[in-house]
Amino acid sequence: MHENLVQQIKHDPNYKELVSKRSSFSLKLSLSILVVYFSFILTIAFKPELLAITISDSSVITIGVPVGIMVIVFAFILTGLYTRRANSEFDELTRKIKDKINE
Amino acid sequence: MNRVITFLLLSAIVLYGAGAIEGQIVKQELNISAIVMFLIFVSATLGITYWASKRTKSAKDFYTAGGGITGFQNGMAIAGDYMSAASFLGISGLVYLKGYDGLIYSIGFLVGWPIILFMIAEPLRNLGKYTFADVASYRLRQTPIRTLAASGSIATVILYLIAQMVGSGKLIQLLFGLEYEVAVILVGVLMILYVTFGGMLATTWVQIIKAFLLLSGATFMAIAVMNHYDFSFNALFSHATELKGVEIMSPGGLVSDPVSAISLAVALMFGTAGLPHILMRFFTVSDAKEARKSVFFATGFIGYFYILTFIIGFGAIVMVFNNHEYLDMVKQAVNGGSPILGGNNMAAIHLSHAVGGDIFLGFISAVAFATILAVVSGLTLAGASAISHDLYSSVFKEGNADSKSEMRVSKIATVALGIVAIIMGIMFEKQNIAFVVGLAFAIAASANFPILFLSMYWSKLTTRGAVVGGSIGLATAVVLVILGPIVWVQILGYEEAIFPYKYPALFSVTAAFISIWFFSITDSTCRADEEREAFEAQYIRSQTGIGAEGASQH
Repeated sequence: MHENLVQQIKHDPNYKELVSKRSSFSLKLSLSILVVYFSFILTIAFKPELLAITISDSSVITIGVPVGIMVIVFAFILTGLYTRRANSEFDELTRKIKDKINE
Repeated sequence: MNRVITFLLLSAIVLYGAGAIEGQIVKQELNISAIVMFLIFVSATLGITYWASKRTKSAKDFYTAGGGITGFQNGMAIAGDYMSAASFLGISGLVYLKGYDGLIYSIGFLVGWPIILFMIAEPLRNLGKYTFADVASYRLRQTPIRTLAASGSIATVILYLIAQMVGSGKLIQLLFGLEYEVAVILVGVLMILYVTFGGMLATTWVQIIKAFLLLSGATFMAIAVMNHYDFSFNALFSHATELKGVEIMSPGGLVSDPVSAISLAVALMFGTAGLPHILMRFFTVSDAKEARKSVFFATGFIGYFYILTFIIGFGAIVMVFNNHEYLDMVKQAVNGGSPILGGNNMAAIHLSHAVGGDIFLGFISAVAFATILAVVSGLTLAGASAISHDLYSSVFKEGNADSKSEMRVSKIATVALGIVAIIMGIMFEKQNIAFVVGLAFAIAASANFPILFLSMYWSKLTTRGAVVGGSIGLATAVVLVILGPIVWVQILGYEEAIFPYKYPALFSVTAAFISIWFFSITDSTCRADEEREAFEAQYIRSQTGIGAEGASQH
């Protein structure tokens, strides 16, 4: 990539918008999954008995089961949120940046 | 002429394979359906390989199937690559053995995927061509970075291969009555054929077909188990606790102390993002948009599959445990308890027989075998590309190798890796396959991931930092694994482990990041300044895809 092209893209407001929006969005989503997963793992490490509580007196199912399934579902939902926004909003910004170069 | 030889070779293998299995049928009194389904799969995939071999002309075709795979197909193929024998047999076996702990393990295998999507997938697709080392060495010095990245890849690939080979050996031994060694050799030979002749195109379709079969089979098993209990989870779990005690419903001994728990989490989460055969799959799609879709679909398929393995594991507790039909009498006579035939990793296989009889056992066994073949093919291709593209073409030939000779080297590397996998598979027969995969993850998390991640996002990274820090990460992971309870005590037979934890990732990943940081910021050479300056152009390409590799025209 030529230096003048680098400078041009760098100062393109669309590029700045793309980078700042995407970085903050990816960071928030990454932190969400990290916090959820590490809370789960640290609970297992320090307070496993919390997950061993049964969901009702008549049931043998522990809270750990729905919680575990929820972590899996949560991970999937997050990838869906990111893919939807990136494939519309972020790709639109990228297209604008590319159009400007081709002018 | 070459094609004729290829075809003859393929036919010879099919015939030989059939002959070898036939000889054992009478002796083992095994059902024909298993063998028929297995042969159908093998013939179909060899047919695909033959078709793919005609379309695999350039190195780009060989490594990336021309870059024209769609997001959905690639998502399916990634799932096919990732849902290994260790996942299917190992995790359902772990659930069977320890209940809830199996779920903890599988969740760890899943949560790396969002991170790959948010952080890795797009820049990887935008910067790389064939291997993740393309990205790591984008603005750094080729020779040292590629050498290190290739070492990390090859180590990961070989460990992962061991797990797959052990699984395949046991499975085929149980199903066809073949000797363990013969089974391992058969898998090795088929894998070499798929990869050498069909490259990424054949590998991708083998993975897609296998993912479809595995998801269908596992869905059927889970539904059959639930149907038995009128779709009441409480009834299923109650029955299971009556047989194995209430402790199977809660976290148990798998992660017995906080350090192990966190270390396992780190290994699985960042390890996924450092697996060369997974990273390689992102180069098979046309652009960043398809790369994102791939992860979305893959996460869905894999997550769904892990929920199924949990049900399957519990299904095995209620239907296989204490069922004399699946009891290993010889082992019981020696050790007592209720060991099942073929060990705990065979729980899902026995369950398939319990819910669907001989025909479904045949189907699931063929699927499990297909799973192994698909995963080992992806692994071998990734290992071969590290050898040919990174080591041979970029390091040894300094980027001057032509496409033809690079492809020839990758084919030789494929055969060599196949042989190594066979030998190692035989050596590691007695190990728990889920843990061997854990070791592969530790190396991927400690060497591959830190270098890849920092090369994408940290402008101050220099070659020295990456090489020294990455090597420290790799060495720490390997040494701690050797000194840990599995190798030091279980394999080498010493009384007590020098390093007390099974999972070294917490220490080795930290060591890698700190040393990469330290050796980068203290690097004051001119070369280092140039590398830092080059970050801006790289970052723009990684964010926008301007200048990225496109799909080849076919």
